[in-house]
Amino acid sequence: MTLLDFVNFHVVPGLVLGSIYALGAIGVTLVFGVMRFAHLAHGDLATLGAFVALGVVRFAGVGPWQALPVAMLVAAAVAIGADRLFYEHLRKRPLILTVIASLGVALMLRSLVQVGFGVDPQSYVRGLVRPDVFFGIRVREREVLTVLTAFGLVAALGAFLAYTRWGKAMRAMSDNPDLARLSGVDTRVVTALTWGVVGALAAAAGFFLGLNTELRSMMGWQMLLPMFAAAILGGVGRVEGALLGGLVVGLVEETSVIFLPAQYKSATAFVILLAMLAVRPTGLLRGKVL
Amino acid sequence: MNPGMTLLSMERVTGGYGDADILHEVDLKVEKGEIVVVVGPNGAGKSTAMKAVFGLVRVRRGHIWFDGSPVAGWTPDRIVRRGVCYVPQVDNVFRDMTVHENLEMGAFIRRGDLSAAFDKVYGLFPDLVSKRREAAGRLSGGQRQMVAMGRALMLDPKLLLLDEPTAGLSPKYMERIFEIVRDVRAAGVSILLVEQHAKQALAFADRGYVLAAGRNRRDGTGGALLADPEIARLFLGG
Ligand SMILES: Nc1ncnc2c1ncn2[C@@H]1O[C@H](COP(=O)(O)OP(=O)(O)OP(=O)(O)O)[C@@H](O)[C@H]1O
Ligand SMILES: [Mg+2]
Repeated sequence: MTLLDFVNFHVVPGLVLGSIYALGAIGVTLVFGVMRFAHLAHGDLATLGAFVALGVVRFAGVGPWQALPVAMLVAAAVAIGADRLFYEHLRKRPLILTVIASLGVALMLRSLVQVGFGVDPQSYVRGLVRPDVFFGIRVREREVLTVLTAFGLVAALGAFLAYTRWGKAMRAMSDNPDLARLSGVDTRVVTALTWGVVGALAAAAGFFLGLNTELRSMMGWQMLLPMFAAAILGGVGRVEGALLGGLVVGLVEETSVIFLPAQYKSATAFVILLAMLAVRPTGLLRGKVL
Repeated sequence: MNPGMTLLSMERVTGGYGDADILHEVDLKVEKGEIVVVVGPNGAGKSTAMKAVFGLVRVRRGHIWFDGSPVAGWTPDRIVRRGVCYVPQVDNVFRDMTVHENLEMGAFIRRGDLSAAFDKVYGLFPDLVSKRREAAGRLSGGQRQMVAMGRALMLDPKLLLLDEPTAGLSPKYMERIFEIVRDVRAAGVSILLVEQHAKQALAFADRGYVLAAGRNRRDGTGGALLADPEIARLFLGG
C-alpha cells in the first residue's frame, strides 16, 4: 500500500469519523462533568438531530446545511425537556437511577424517529458525490466541511467555557457544585445551559454521520460506544480531551481494517475503552471527574 | 446592647442534616465590626452552626436574623446578595480554575467592572498576584486558603464566615492568616471564625463561644474565656 492510499483509505475517513465522534464525546464529557452521570440517550439524541434535519430538508425543501441549525436547536430543546421531565426529579437519588432513566429516554427517542421516518436507511441528498483530488488526496467537499465545522464548534465551545460568565459558571459547577451554589450561581440555569449545548452538539454529530454515510434509526445507538471510549480516552470532564479522544478512536477504527476484517471495526472502540480503563482510567489528559 | 448594631443573631437554633438534630438551642451573635470566634471539640457542631446561617442545614426551631431580616430558609445566593460570604472548612476552592477565575466566581452575582474588587483582594493577599494564572488546586495549603478567603471577599461582604482557615497550616501561615483576618476586619468586615487554634484566636477575638455536643457551653470576651480555668482545662489543652 502506498502512503497516498493509506491517506485516502484510512486517514481521511478516520479524520471525518473522528470529528463526528469528537462532537459526540464532548457532549458525553459535559454531562459527566456537570451532572455526574453516563448519559445513555446521547446517541439517540444524535439520531433525533439527524432526522430532524432530514425532516427540514424534505418539508422546507432546503439544503442539509440550512437544516443543521434547526436540528441543533430542536435537539437542544429536547435535551433540556428530557432533563426536566425525566432526570430532574431523580437528582437527589442514587445516580444509577438517572442512568437507567436515560436508557428509557434513548428508547423513546429512537421510537419517535422510527415512527416518523421508518426503519429504512435514508440520505439527505440523492446520488453519488465525486471526490475532488488535491495532490493525489481524494476528499469530498462535505468531508472537509465536516472536519472544519466540528473543529469550529469545538473552538466556539472552548471560547465559551474559557471567557464567558456562564461558561465559567459551567466549569465552576463541574469543579465544585457546592461552592458554585455558595457563590450565587443558579445551578438550574447552568443545568439547562449544559443540556442545551449537549443536545446541539449531539445533533451536529448525528447530522455529520448522516451526511457522510446514511441515516438509520440505530445510527446514534451504535455510535454510543465509540463516543464513550473517546470521552474516557481523553479524560472525562475535559473538552479538549474529548476532541483528541474522538480523533484517535476514529483514526484507529479506520486503520484497524488493515489488520482486521471490516466487521470488527466497531469492536476496536471497545478494545480502546477496556485498555484505557485498565491502564489509565483518568484518560490521556487526566480527567477531572474520574 | 443596641439592636441596630447586631449583624447576625442565631436564637435558640435547633436542627441538623437528617432526622437527628445536631444543634440544640444554639445562641450566637455577631455585632457590627466584631471578630467572633467559635471553639469546641471535634464534632461539636461548629461547622453545622455556620452552615445553618447559609441555609445548608435544616433549621427545625429557632430564628436566624441577619441585618434585620429573618434569613432561615433563604437560598445561598439570596444570602450572598444580602452581604454574607462563607468559606467552608473543606473543598473551598475551584481546583481546576485559575486563582483569578476563583476570585471572579466570588463576584459572580455582580455585573460590571470588577477591577476595584480585584485590586483590593490582591492587595490583601500579595502572595496570590504571581499565582493568578495557576490552577488553585496546585497551590500549597496556605495559598489555597488565601484563594478561598479572597473569593469570599470579592463582594465586599458585611459578614465573613470562616471555617477553620488555618487547619493543617504551618505556624508561619497560621500567623499570616490571622493577620489577614485582622486586616479584613479593619477594612470594615465583621467576622465569624471557627478555629481549632483556640488560644491564638481567642487572643485577638472580641468575643468567643464554646460549643460542645451541639450546645452553647460558655461565651464571653476572648480574654475572659482564655482566663476561665474550666474552659482552659476542657477545651484549650491545659
Ligand atoms: N453532611 C452531614 N450529614 C450528616 N451529618 C453530618 C454532616 N456533617 C456533619 N455531620 C455530623 O454533625 C456533627 C457535627 O459536625 P460538625 O462538622 O458541625 O462539627 P465541627 O464542630 O465542625 O467539627 P470539626 O472540628 O471536626 O470540624 C458530627 O457528629 C458530624 O458527624
Ligand atoms: Mg468543622
